[in-house]
Amino acid sequence: MLSLGIDIGSLTAKGVLLEGTDIVEKHLIPVGYNSKKAGEKLLDELLQKAGIKREDIGKIVSTGYGRNSIDFADRAVTEIICHGKGIHFQMPHIRTIIDIGGQDSKVIVLDKSGNVANFVMNDKCAAGTGRFLDVMARAMETEIHEFGVLSLQSKNPSKISSVCTVFAESEIISLVAKGENREDITSGIHLSIARRIASMVKRLGMIPPVAMSGGVALNVGLVDALEQILDTKIETTPFSQYSGALGAALLGQGA
Amino acid sequence: MAGRLKATKKMKSIMKWYYVEAKYARYLGKKVAWITSGGPVEPLIAMNIIPVYPENHGAMIGASKMGGKMSEFAEGLGYSSDVCSYTKNDITSSITKESPIKGGLPEPDMLICSNNICGTVLKWYEIQARKFNVPLFIYDTPFVHTEFTEEARAYVNAQTEEYIKFLEKHTGKKFNYKKMKRVGKLSLEAMRLWKKVLETAEHKPSPMTAFDAFFHLALIVTLRGKKVVVKYYRQLLKELEERNKNNIGAVDNEQYRLLWDNLPIWFRMRWLSEKFASHGAALVADTYTQAWCGVIDYVNEEDFLSTMGEAYTRIHLNVGVDQMADTIKKFIRQYDVDGLVMHSNRSCKPYSFGQYDIQNLLQDEDIPVLMIEADMTDERKFSESQAEARIDAFMEVIKQRKREKK
Ligand code: SF4
Repeated sequence: MLSLGIDIGSLTAKGVLLEGTDIVEKHLIPVGYNSKKAGEKLLDELLQKAGIKREDIGKIVSTGYGRNSIDFADRAVTEIICHGKGIHFQMPHIRTIIDIGGQDSKVIVLDKSGNVANFVMNDKCAAGTGRFLDVMARAMETEIHEFGVLSLQSKNPSKISSVCTVFAESEIISLVAKGENREDITSGIHLSIARRIASMVKRLGMIPPVAMSGGVALNVGLVDALEQILDTKIETTPFSQYSGALGAALLGQGA
Repeated sequence: MAGRLKATKKMKSIMKWYYVEAKYARYLGKKVAWITSGGPVEPLIAMNIIPVYPENHGAMIGASKMGGKMSEFAEGLGYSSDVCSYTKNDITSSITKESPIKGGLPEPDMLICSNNICGTVLKWYEIQARKFNVPLFIYDTPFVHTEFTEEARAYVNAQTEEYIKFLEKHTGKKFNYKKMKRVGKLSLEAMRLWKKVLETAEHKPSPMTAFDAFFHLALIVTLRGKKVVVKYYRQLLKELEERNKNNIGAVDNEQYRLLWDNLPIWFRMRWLSEKFASHGAALVADTYTQAWCGVIDYVNEEDFLSTMGEAYTRIHLNVGVDQMADTIKKFIRQYDVDGLVMHSNRSCKPYSFGQYDIQNLLQDEDIPVLMIEADMTDERKFSESQAEARIDAFMEVIKQRKREKK
């Protein structure tokens, strides 16, 4: 049976088509302001890409912030469960998952059989979320995907003391004005967000091995910063951005 | 659905008449005292003084969704956005007279403030004492880090005596010790009944939820020591016991039982209760409403006056986190709950400050804990979509855990 997992985040919508445990197709589009429309568009394009019809899909499971706006889904499940499933499928040994989303960051602890044992999410503040990174990238007029590589070149990371997104932004603007170099500022930004995440990890009690899920896992600078602060290796997969959608598709298969 | 508790209607009428009496106190030749929620109210009742609770009023303001606006007004006066929203609601309402009660609270003849709940109330009541130019009595309760010492006992008991002198002075009447005895007994009886009411929720399915408790709490807070409270809780208890006999649950098809910590989110009660109910979850108990019957064992029925000091000092917000965690552990077992929901309340620091420590102390219980950030009355401090994402995820984890346990 074919199952489809759809993950509607605050920035991107991801879809994974699954046949048993084989990935048939995947797709990613920007969400825009209408998550319902994004879901429909994602479905259409994915069907086209895979050369199948809507009726060929047995089960559709939605997840992510917009999960409830996908009315063609058979079931809506939160990201916590889906990321847990998706990562466990790719890396069965992982016990702690860090996911930095656009609006929410979460740390998930899995039990030995890959079920979610516990989780924490960031408090209401946007510090420590993907939004923080976006704002900082904009303040530095750098593309977010260059951010990671840039920060790896830093020898002397800048100190960014404010956890508040708005204050940190002005801190960065003044660092730029002072002439601190971009590599150091970028690295400072990653360390700042990593510290914020680390306190969540500690609150839950980290059980290694640790993995990072979600699109932000592609940011090598942040992964490096987290490894430094948590003093542990952080594993990632090239498929990390699709982990939530994959987990949803697996649930559709009855996993 | 079990529907509404029948007693609810009665309760609304009692509260209405209570406020009517307070509003017309002057015409009835009675005095009005504003008092903090944890304050020693029984001596007031014994002296025929009408107690009025700005915090109860604050809750009404919250439930009427007026809290955000009122906090904003107070912030315009210069109060920090971090000040407790009950305080800001009260300060605003006493200036603008905006309120769910027409014209706001009746003005006080005196103020009674006990810092057993927090330090905020001291400044709050000082401000209001200046504004209304009325006498203020402060009942100072030392914090119980681990134990209640003999020195502490002597200290609070001396204040009980001063309190009585204060009341005699400002009413011009001798203190009525005979009535005090009756009031003390009634107060204790009301607390015992309230305890029994809450304990009906041990039953599966639970005949009531914490949302019911938040509502029915008003009487034990405002009028304990009066006969009407005892009568009312007897009726409520009967109704709940009846439900238990017939296995009628407050939540349809109750499958999961949860414990709530901290004050309610007054402006989102319906939304929250429906949200949890949609997952088959009932909030069967909470630490907040339990606070009004947590100290029964320290009061001597025959000698209320000289034992109330200890009881008022030992309340939930005036003890160390270890004791708070112990209380929560006790409830986890007593009510057989599957998870703990902590409201991290922007307003109430003494309640919210230790929550992470308590979480750590609960690690051996192996119970999922959810933290919701909000405020009891200030809607500006709450994000529905964030709360929803957390509650849904939390419930999924609880469901999964329960499935595995089977
Ligand atoms: S800070 Fe807490 S205890 Fe103090 S008045 Fe406000 S809500 Fe009540």
